Amino acid sequence: MKIVVCIKQVPDTTEVRLDPVKGTLIREGVPSIINPDDKAGLEAALRIREQAGGTVSVVSMGPPQADVALREALAMGADEAYLVTDRAFGGADTWATSYTIATAVKRIGFDLIICGRQAIDGDTAQVGPQIAQHLGLPQVSYVEGIESIENNKLVLRRQFEDRYHLVEVELPCLITTLGELYEPRYMSVAGVFDAYREKEVKKLTFADMEAELDVSNIGLKGSPTNVKASFTKQPKGKGEKYNTDADEAVEIIVSKLREKNLI
Amino acid sequence: MNFNLSKEHSLLKTMYESFAENEVKPLASEVDEQERFPVETVEKLGRYGLMGIPFPKEYGGQGGDTLAYIMAVEELSKVCGTTGVIVSAHTSLCCNPIYEFGTEQQKKKYLPTLLSGKKVGAFGLTEPNAGTDAAGQQTKAVLVGDNYILNGSKIFITNAGHAEVFIIFAMTDKSQGTRGISAFIVEKGFEGFSIGREEKKMGIRGSSTCELIMENCIVPKENLLGALGKGYGIAMKTLNGGRIGIAAQALGIGEGALKEAIAYVKERKQFGKRISQFQNTQFSIADMHTRLEAAKWLVYAAAMKKDEGADYAKDAAMAKLFASETATFVTQRCVQLYGGYGYTREYPVERMMRDAKITEIYEGTSEVQRMVIASSLKVN
Repeated sequence: MKIVVCIKQVPDTTEVRLDPVKGTLIREGVPSIINPDDKAGLEAALRIREQAGGTVSVVSMGPPQADVALREALAMGADEAYLVTDRAFGGADTWATSYTIATAVKRIGFDLIICGRQAIDGDTAQVGPQIAQHLGLPQVSYVEGIESIENNKLVLRRQFEDRYHLVEVELPCLITTLGELYEPRYMSVAGVFDAYREKEVKKLTFADMEAELDVSNIGLKGSPTNVKASFTKQPKGKGEKYNTDADEAVEIIVSKLREKNLI
Repeated sequence: MNFNLSKEHSLLKTMYESFAENEVKPLASEVDEQERFPVETVEKLGRYGLMGIPFPKEYGGQGGDTLAYIMAVEELSKVCGTTGVIVSAHTSLCCNPIYEFGTEQQKKKYLPTLLSGKKVGAFGLTEPNAGTDAAGQQTKAVLVGDNYILNGSKIFITNAGHAEVFIIFAMTDKSQGTRGISAFIVEKGFEGFSIGREEKKMGIRGSSTCELIMENCIVPKENLLGALGKGYGIAMKTLNGGRIGIAAQALGIGEGALKEAIAYVKERKQFGKRISQFQNTQFSIADMHTRLEAAKWLVYAAAMKKDEGADYAKDAAMAKLFASETATFVTQRCVQLYGGYGYTREYPVERMMRDAKITEIYEGTSEVQRMVIASSLKVN
């Protein structure tokens, strides 16, 4: 089975702090990581390979620095890695991104495509499903469990708020995985050395894919999304603190809730 | 001259950091408190390759280098000095002499299980009456037929209670002095070999430090490591390498304590200010960081020199001397910054201060390092 995993390099938001004056994110010195949902997807791919055989390819679209995220994936055990990178792809929204990645994935070849549900920096959860649409593939999003892989079919547990669905899907298909699906393994020491010495990150540029790409669908120009305005949410007030017993506390809470017409 | 880590070493550092943070740190306090050897961690260290970093893949190693290995010891020691020394003693003192001095047959027999972490290794040189004066070995080995018969005892053997392969030194010809010492690969299950009592220690309390007893211990003659009578040289060369590992452990303990202290001084308030706002705190932290950076480059330089195949005995001695004394200096200062809380077991700096001290003592005391450095400068 040929499995392609799409990963995104994102800033580690757990390390991001707010500038108390400007109210903006301080991104400086924040380490970059593989998006957690994608990493769980990579772990799923490695486990499927261990069980059913095959290969795991990793794809990322991003600037040259995304190389290290792909090396990490190789060090965890992926067989090959592709970096889709070009200035022409810059400024892409989810439509242009998914179109570009879909084009790359088609060229690489696949039986199963795994994407993380959503990236912690954008939170759109759109790229995975859109790749499936571009490729005309069946898709199962929000996968929280893989029940079985048999006879070219996957049985998956798809998460809902209050229940889950068991979904059977035939290959080829695309799934999007939740971070909780699997705890990703660490890189191994030999894996890290191999990632730099034995394996390579193959670059796919605009020139490489020009014949297959519709230019009107890539980069900033191919992105239908327009950001009209952005604003920083005002932080909430400090709150009030009362040191008191339970009875009085109940009264205070009730009166405050009434004040705000919440009850 | 380039002081930047290579890309592969940078990525390894990320891996070591997350492994240490998630797998080692949560156990550190418990392992210390209960004086418990963290077997579950050793299994994981093996799974991810940390028990065989600087050895070729053909023997089951990871194909890494000394720098990659000592960086692992450093990162592990930042959160747990015990775990750092388990890897260091295993790698430097057991796997390394087998790899460097062993026959092809010995390497094929012992390295795969050691390097995968399925078995832990240890090193037995020190005796009750032969510490720094290691030449005064009283353990004897006599060839009888196809076996050497060993008699004697060893003390303060790191990893002993959980190790299965030991490098043991013994006198094969007392009349020859240091040229009469030989090295042997001894398995835990050999007849006449037993583990004695476990030491109760000030620090690295999860590390297993025991006595070894050999009573007519039967060692097949093919388990002689290196040539007959060459044991002393093997011990000294092995310790040169080991010192870089211990230097890295010391460096890690110091760095770990400083990281904890920096977080603490930014939180703790006295006189209406965070204590990080006081110049005393700032100067103290600046001094500690500067010394640790200096220690780091001594340690990394020694490792890189070993990887280049150059003579690194003096470099290893300087790295260990400076890093271990820095670890003691830094951890004591950190406890001081915490005040009364630093003296309690509620905070990790107390453990780190206890763990730091041993790095000035084992694998050659600071005094021995000074002797090595002075003698390499031909000051004698």
